[in-house]
Amino acid sequence: MQIVQTSRPEEHRSASSPHRQFLSGVEAELPILIGVIPFGMIYGVLALAAGLTPWQAQAMSAIVFAGSAQFVTAQLVGAGAPGLVIILTGGVVNLRHALYSASVAPYVKPLRPLWKWLLGYLLTDEAYAVTITHYYQNSKLDTPKQIGQASVDRQEHWYFLGSGLALWSTWQASTAVGVFLGAVIPESWPLDFAIPLTFIALVVPALQDRASLAAALVAGVVAVLALDMPLRLGLITATIIGIGVGLWLEARA
Amino acid sequence: MNLWLVMIAIGLITYATRLSFILIFGQMEMPGNMRRALRFVPAAVLSAIIFPELLIRDGSLYLSPANDRLLAGLVAFLVAWRTKNALLTILVGMAALLLLQALPLQF
Repeated sequence: MQIVQTSRPEEHRSASSPHRQFLSGVEAELPILIGVIPFGMIYGVLALAAGLTPWQAQAMSAIVFAGSAQFVTAQLVGAGAPGLVIILTGGVVNLRHALYSASVAPYVKPLRPLWKWLLGYLLTDEAYAVTITHYYQNSKLDTPKQIGQASVDRQEHWYFLGSGLALWSTWQASTAVGVFLGAVIPESWPLDFAIPLTFIALVVPALQDRASLAAALVAGVVAVLALDMPLRLGLITATIIGIGVGLWLEARA
Repeated sequence: MNLWLVMIAIGLITYATRLSFILIFGQMEMPGNMRRALRFVPAAVLSAIIFPELLIRDGSLYLSPANDRLLAGLVAFLVAWRTKNALLTILVGMAALLLLQALPLQF
């Protein structure tokens, strides 16, 4: 206890060093990676099953770098949906990242453009969850106007970079393992069932209030009813109607 | 359409979405309506994928206790609801499906 206290000034300085921040970001990301590894592997297996080549499956993890959009894309490719519908649906699935972008924007505002371009690429669900928690905890004493500069002075963008790169490299590697496994797993295994299971695991914790529960139920039911819509447009139609119902309920409450 | 083009387009849209407020709207708050709508995107889109996967078989509605994907999906739902553990949800759901397929129940 005493040792910690006497060494505090130095510790404070080193806690703000880029490489200390970077390593803290990596460390905070580690528990999440345990869950990401099977997702990446399942994606790799499913992408091959949907008809992507190994190179396409691997490249998508770098180009799109967003698990749920990659699952949806693989699923729609397998179902033979037209390219424009796949693009539209994949784009809508990833719209939530605009929320993340708005939420981290104040903290990265003073950074040079190159940093912003890099951190934007790494802004996934998993890196966001860890980084925004770090930002909140450290900026409690900052006034709203100070937030950006104070955070950059503490080198917290290196924490963001650490968590983002930890996730990125794990995602690429686990995709590669899945692509490799996909070639050896027997086709009779019901691996495609991993898609709805993955999504159940993601969606259930998000159903925390009546409006989001209603949005989910309505979107699900409409998707079933709209199954025969041309061009596989049922998914996007159901999503938009679900969002509309959620907004309506929220406005009424 | 070439699958490579589709992937690049989705990648660009995703990147633009992630960069949006960081880069261009750095000075600006997200409009309240947009923020409220975006909150529902994950729940709506994921459910719109889950429901047909569990309820549709060979192009038509399959509401029956013999629908093993529906039963396994409900098991996974309970695990997710109780534990909020993603990996456990997937493993238990998959095990449930394999079990139901191996032991066809008579109704």
